[in-house]
Amino acid sequence: MTLLAELVTDYTLRTVSLGSAALGAVAGMLGAFAVLRRQSLLGDAVSHAALPGIVLAFVVTGAKTPLALVVGAALAGWAAALLVMLVVRTTRIKIDTALGLVLSVFFGLGLLLLSVVQRHAGAAQAGLDSFLFGQAAALVGDDLRTMAVLGAVVVAGLLLLWKEFKLLSFDPGFAGALGLPVRGLDVALTTLLVVAIVIGLQTVGVVLMSAVIVAPAAAARQWTDRLGRLVLLAGAFGAASGLIGALVSSSVERLPTGPTIVLTLTLLTLASLLFAPRRGLLAARVRRLRQRRRVAVDSVLADLYRLASQHDDPTRAPHAPDVLRAMRDGAGTGRGLELLAERGLAAREADGRWSLTPAGVDAGRRLLDGDAEAGA
Amino acid sequence: MSGALWEILAIAVLASVACALVGVFLVLRRLAMLSDAISHAILPGIVLAYFATKDLNSPWLVLAAAATGVLTVGAVEALARTRRLKEDAAMGIVFPALFSLGVVLITRFAGHVHLDVDSVLLGELAFAPFDRMILGGHDVGARGLWLMGGVALLNASAIAAFYKELKLATFDAGLAASLGLAPAVIHYGLMGLVSVTAVSAFDAVGLVLVVALMIGPAAAASLLTDRLAVMLLLAAGLGAVSAAGGFVLAWALDASIAGAMAVGVGVMFALVFLAAPRRGLLATLLRRRRQRLEFAAVMLAIHLAQHEGTADEDEESRVEHLQGSHVGWTPRFTARVVDFALDREWIGRDGGRLHLTEAGRNEAGRALSGLGRRFAADLGAGI
Amino acid sequence: MNAPADACAVQVTDLTVAYHERPVLWDIDLDVPAGKLMAVLGPNGAGKTTLIKAILGLVPTAAGDVRIHGGAYAENRRLVGYVPQRGSVDWDFPTTVLDVVMMGRYGALGWFRRPGRREREQALAALEKVGMADFRDRQISQLSGGQQQRVFLARALVQDARVYFMDEPFQGVDARTERAIIDLLKELREKGRTVLVVHHDLQTVAEYFDWVLLLNVRRIACGPVETTFTDENLRLAYGGRVEFLQRKAPADPAPDDGRTPGFGFQGRIRP
Repeated sequence: MTLLAELVTDYTLRTVSLGSAALGAVAGMLGAFAVLRRQSLLGDAVSHAALPGIVLAFVVTGAKTPLALVVGAALAGWAAALLVMLVVRTTRIKIDTALGLVLSVFFGLGLLLLSVVQRHAGAAQAGLDSFLFGQAAALVGDDLRTMAVLGAVVVAGLLLLWKEFKLLSFDPGFAGALGLPVRGLDVALTTLLVVAIVIGLQTVGVVLMSAVIVAPAAAARQWTDRLGRLVLLAGAFGAASGLIGALVSSSVERLPTGPTIVLTLTLLTLASLLFAPRRGLLAARVRRLRQRRRVAVDSVLADLYRLASQHDDPTRAPHAPDVLRAMRDGAGTGRGLELLAERGLAAREADGRWSLTPAGVDAGRRLLDGDAEAGA
Repeated sequence: MSGALWEILAIAVLASVACALVGVFLVLRRLAMLSDAISHAILPGIVLAYFATKDLNSPWLVLAAAATGVLTVGAVEALARTRRLKEDAAMGIVFPALFSLGVVLITRFAGHVHLDVDSVLLGELAFAPFDRMILGGHDVGARGLWLMGGVALLNASAIAAFYKELKLATFDAGLAASLGLAPAVIHYGLMGLVSVTAVSAFDAVGLVLVVALMIGPAAAASLLTDRLAVMLLLAAGLGAVSAAGGFVLAWALDASIAGAMAVGVGVMFALVFLAAPRRGLLATLLRRRRQRLEFAAVMLAIHLAQHEGTADEDEESRVEHLQGSHVGWTPRFTARVVDFALDREWIGRDGGRLHLTEAGRNEAGRALSGLGRRFAADLGAGI
Repeated sequence: MNAPADACAVQVTDLTVAYHERPVLWDIDLDVPAGKLMAVLGPNGAGKTTLIKAILGLVPTAAGDVRIHGGAYAENRRLVGYVPQRGSVDWDFPTTVLDVVMMGRYGALGWFRRPGRREREQALAALEKVGMADFRDRQISQLSGGQQQRVFLARALVQDARVYFMDEPFQGVDARTERAIIDLLKELREKGRTVLVVHHDLQTVAEYFDWVLLLNVRRIACGPVETTFTDENLRLAYGGRVEFLQRKAPADPAPDDGRTPGFGFQGRIRP
């Protein structure tokens, strides 16, 4: 309770919370499109590649103004994306190789520049290396304003061109045939993604930002089948994780923000994968088990009925379980019989043999008649 | 240059060779990003092994981390098999998560040891000479030298021993399986080598450089040759050169060695990308310019052949018609094409009309036979 | 052959598509009269899909000109409907059947406008035509191959075009869906629309189509099925070598098995 109260009164805590929630929301929403377009690795490359841009922006402007760093990061990220496209289009090098190469070289360049700057620039550069893993506690009002404005621009762009982006992601060929400028839209959407990434770099760091793009959408996809809801839910998951991660890392010592947010997101994603109602793995397993039960019950019932109907009085025709096992190759006979007993369709005699109850006879007849009608 | 500097250089070169060798197979199997992934995933393995053994030099570190690497690759593939998310998304979540775990463990519980985050990313090549290997009371050199040398030897031997199997499994997994060569075993064996290499190099050069050294030289080598054996040798050589070059750069700038070497890889790749004899950018552009004229002349021959003996032959064989319907055929370009074709005696001209010679007709026929299927592969199924 | 421009639904001149200086389509000339149901045939790699994409402006061309009902494609886009190959999209995309069909109206809606009630009604009408109205809220990943094909068809119908281009619409669909699709195409023809279909099954050509184009990187033959779908032309199109230099009379005519004239080959031809 005190934490919530502090949220309102404590300036730093409020700034940290709002900033992280905002970046999580924007990253989550754009991330939905990145995941759908199989651009997860591109997001990773752009994040890593932003580092030299950040350091150079600092060198050029001599200060750490948020807007300058964001612009530097965005330019570097864009340059990286363009280089990847160039290499892939003009040589036989595949996209995964190009991404890995650009990612590591740009990042190495960033580390090189960082080491040079640290040696020469003294105190002014302190905190530049927080861009590696993020430092939410360092967020100030200026940063928040920049993030808010850019975030709003990104979301507005998304909403404005919603149907175009939807079609582009699903069927770019058809989009082209309709006359939509596919290349231009691709560039626009990728640009929005780049901006979403650079907004978050100060909080989450370059190394882990890609997970903040990908995980909310992956988690949200388990809960919904509609694009609109997916994007909103991804935004919500991103915001929540950003908020929780930032708050936790600000309150605990020596806990950088980036990893904390990522771990939160990972737990969320795992939970979604397991427990989501329809797509969840647990739900699927339960469905499979239920189906197996049903098949076991039906097949044993059918066998019992067939055997019993050869006698004058089907309710007084006990058969040993082994006979039934032989008919069905053994699988699930015992359980099937028990389930039938639970439903009052069969009963076990004193000598261990099983017979159908009157209700069971009815059910058996209906089952086989139904099968006959369906032509099974 | 002092002995310590030589040792640093030697470690760097050995690391680059070790990485390049496995990197070739990663690039060929389109698994380049796994180098990035595995490098990230082994971190918690290393940290936990360190907590257990309290010894940074323990061989258990290498084994545990390598095992972590292989296990996580399996985990990602299992995750993707559930079909709840795609492979790239699975990778984008699992490996950062493991890496985050490692970072948290380090900063919270191991901050007092020299296992800190910066060294994770950058390695500690500068300090490598201080870590000596003592055998029977004698100082036989920097430990890093022995470690990287051993791994380089391991990779080279494994590749040499299983060369045929690796080659087959990489280029034709179906055939390999039908011959009983178990591509899965080869796949995970390769992952094991990558993990071991990453862990060993991690100490010396850090994660970033491991990725650059695995991918960069292999990618550059792929632009210079089509043969696997040559590619392996070239990759090792280019890696060594990049490492050496980067080393010089770091020394000149007094900056991070690993960062400089990553830049060295980038510069090396850029040079190869531009200047490679057949596949380099410059060579390709020049070739296309040369080909454009010849291609256009062949187009002309085929165009004339298509309309020979038809009702509209008269109209179609006029030079103006070509300029009208053919994209980019300015009057000047058209004249050049016509001259080219006349030169080769593919066509004859009378007045404003062109006609095919026997040679021209053969050229057209030759260009068309064997078409279609040959180029289908370039465009994939979308033909 | 030189039909008046507006009676010609699709007119292609000298179309050449090359990829890195390697030709995929050479010098294609085509005049498709309006109101025809035309099959585009050829072996793998013949350029059939590329032809469609080139006409629709989806791939760059080295040469050539395309007219739809007398006008350039860029101007007469609204006259064209398109059904791409089913395998060209990821059907796990989070969207519903109705949503996909409404995408067919995006071109007409223009920038920034949302699809509204009118678009919804048009989409539902199209779904009715293909028998998928009950599936309108179904997630597309839950559809069978035949159902997916119908959804794509409905999306094209909603474009209310005069010329339709379809890429292998019968590939991998069940018999019932195939029947339904061909009935729909014939209905379109009755209304005077033109339909070009990239087709893979030689068995059904004579039964389904009235016009045919045989393609193998260059145009082999184009015209009515009766006169164009002949053994000789098939051999030229599907044969291992291009016998393009021989303009002599066809060799011994194939034995007349009493079936469709000229159709001597059984089943598919293996190049």
